[in-house]
Amino acid sequence: MSLQMPRITFWRVVFVAILIAGAAATFIRFTQGLGPSTNLSDEFPWGIWIGFDILCGVMLAAGGFTLMATTHIFNAERFHPIARPALLTAFLGYLLVVGALLFDLGKPWNVWHPMVMWNPNSVMFEVGWCVMLYTTVLSLEFAPIVFERFRLERPLRIIRYISLPLVILGVLLSTLHQSSLGSLYLIMPGKLHALWYTPLLPVLFFVSAIAVGLGMTMLESALSARHMGHRFNVSLMSSLARILLVVLAVYAVLRFQDLSARGAWSYAFAGGYEATFFWVEMALCLAIPAALLIMPRIRTSARGLFWVSISVVFGFMTNRLNVSITGMEASAGVTYIPKWTEVAITASIVAVGIAIFGLAAKHLPIFEHAEAESKDLDTGRVHGPSSAEPVPSTP
Amino acid sequence: MGTGVLFDSTLCIGCQECEAGCAAANDLPWNDEMVNQAKASDLKFTYVKTVDDDKFMRHLCMHCEDPSCVSVCPVGALTKTADGPVVYDADKCMGCRYCMVACPFGVPKYEWTSLKPRIRKCTGCPERIAKGEPTACSEACPTGATITGEREAMLAEANRRIQENPDGYYPHVFGSTEVGGTTTLFLSSVPFETFGLRASYPDDPLPMLTHRALSKIPSVVTVGFVLLGGIWWITNRRDVVAAAEADKRKEEE
Repeated sequence: MSLQMPRITFWRVVFVAILIAGAAATFIRFTQGLGPSTNLSDEFPWGIWIGFDILCGVMLAAGGFTLMATTHIFNAERFHPIARPALLTAFLGYLLVVGALLFDLGKPWNVWHPMVMWNPNSVMFEVGWCVMLYTTVLSLEFAPIVFERFRLERPLRIIRYISLPLVILGVLLSTLHQSSLGSLYLIMPGKLHALWYTPLLPVLFFVSAIAVGLGMTMLESALSARHMGHRFNVSLMSSLARILLVVLAVYAVLRFQDLSARGAWSYAFAGGYEATFFWVEMALCLAIPAALLIMPRIRTSARGLFWVSISVVFGFMTNRLNVSITGMEASAGVTYIPKWTEVAITASIVAVGIAIFGLAAKHLPIFEHAEAESKDLDTGRVHGPSSAEPVPSTP
Repeated sequence: MGTGVLFDSTLCIGCQECEAGCAAANDLPWNDEMVNQAKASDLKFTYVKTVDDDKFMRHLCMHCEDPSCVSVCPVGALTKTADGPVVYDADKCMGCRYCMVACPFGVPKYEWTSLKPRIRKCTGCPERIAKGEPTACSEACPTGATITGEREAMLAEANRRIQENPDGYYPHVFGSTEVGGTTTLFLSSVPFETFGLRASYPDDPLPMLTHRALSKIPSVVTVGFVLLGGIWWITNRRDVVAAAEADKRKEEE
C-alpha cells in the first residue's frame, strides 16, 4: 500500500474544521471543567450532551435490534442485506454514546462505579447496565463481520452457534434500554412540561425507537447508494416503509390517546414556546411521513423514501430534545442554549461516527455481504436472488 | 421519622444568622458576596428568601422521607440515614447530576468550575444530630424560628401552633404531606407559593413513579424471552418445512 495525499473535498474540509473545534472544546472541558465548557447551571444541569448525544444517540442506534429481530427472529430473510449496515450503526452508535458520556460525567473516571455500587431503584443504574451489556452483545453480534473479513473460521463457527440467544438478548436489552431512557423522566412530574410528561414515556420511547430504527436504515441505504455507489433497493425499502407506517400509526394512537386522557391538548393549542416545538415534532414525526407514506407513488420511489426517513429521524430527534430541553426550561426558570464547546463536541462525535461508518463500509463485508449474498454460514442454506438487484417480493 | 428542622416563618426576622451558622459548620466562605447571594449554590447551602420586605422563607434540603435523589442515584452516593439527614458520599459519585434534575425542590448544587466536582447541599448536620445536638442553623437562630427535633414531635408542635393561632398561620404544614412527607417542615402566615414554592406537590413519594416502571422489568424480560423464542421457533419451522417440501417436489420431478 502506498501513502498518498487524500483528495481535498468540501466535506473533508468541513470534517477537519469540526474536529479542530472539537479538540479545542475537549481541551477546555478537561482542563477547566463543565462550567466553563458548557452553558449548564444548577438550574439546568442536563444539556445537549444528554439530550442529543445520549437520548438521540441511543435512539439512532435502534436500527440494530429492529433489523436483527426482523431477520433472525421473524426470519424475514429478504431483509438480510440491510441488517449489517444497521448492526454497524448500532455498534458504532453505542460506542459513541459511551464516549460522549465521558464528556458529560463530572467524574468520568468513576464511570465503572455502577458495576460494583448498586442501586437497583435507579433508572440511571438500569440505563448504565443496559449500555454495558448491550454494547457487549453488539460487539459479539458484530464480531462475525470482522472474522469473515480475516477468514477466522473457528471463532466464526463458535459465534454462529450462539447467534440466536445473542439476538434475543440484544432485542430484550434494547427494549429495556430504549424504554428506560423515557423512564428517566418519570420522576419529574411538575418539572417536565405536560405536553411530554406522561407515565407512558417508556412505551413511547420504545415504539418511537423502532420507527427511528427503520427510518435510519432507510436513510443509510439512501445515503450509501448516493455516496458509495451501492444500489438502492427500492422494493426492499418500500416494504420497510410499510412497516414504518404501521409503527407510526401505533405511536400516533398511543400519543394522541395519552394527550386526551391527560387533558393535555389545551397546552398544544395554547400557543407559545412549548406548543410551537410540539407542533414541529408532530409535523416531522407523524404528519409529514404519514402523508407521504400513504401515497403508493412515493412509497415506491427512492426520493420519496429518502424524505420520509429524513422527516422521521429529525422528527423524533426533536421529540427527544423536547423532552430533555424544551420541556424542562419553564420549570427551571431559565433558557438553555448550548455553548459553542458543547456543539463542537457533539458535532465531532457525529462526524467521527460518519467517518468510521464510511471506513467500515469500505473495508469490512458490510454492504458487499449484501451484494455477493452467498452462503449464509449459520444455516448453510443458500439465499434467493442476489439482492443487489431490486428483489421482487419473494412469494 | 428521623430528626430534622422545623422553620416557622412567622418568627423569622431575616437576620441570616442561620446562613452564617451553616457556612461556619460546613467550612463555606462567609463574606459580603455570600451574604448578598440570595440563592443556594455550591458555596451556600441555605438562604433566606425575603418577600414584601417582611416575609421570610428559608431554603434548605427537605430531607424527604422517601427522597428522589436517593432513589435516582445510580451508584448509591446519596443515602437517607435512619437519623433523618440525606447524606452524600463524593467518592462514590460519578457526576451524572440525575439527583439535581430529579429533586422536586431544586436542592442539589454542583461545583461547576471544579475538575473533581461534587454535589453540594445542606447536609442535615448528621454528626450533630447523632450527638443529640441541634443543627448549625437551629443553633444560630436567635428567635427560635428554626428548631431541631424528632419529625413527629415537630409536626405535632407545628399543628399545635396552627390550632392555637389559626389567624396567624396558613393552615398547612409544608412537608407534612408533600412527596410523601419531608423531615424538614415549614410554617408560614401566607400560602407557600408566595415564596416561589410549587403550588402543589403530589402526596405520593416520587420514587414510586419510577418503581412502577422498573418493577415491570422482570416480566418484560421473561415474557419477552419466551415470546421471541417462540416466534423464532414458528418462523424457523415454517422455513424448514418449506425447504423440505421443495426438496420433496424436486425428487418427484
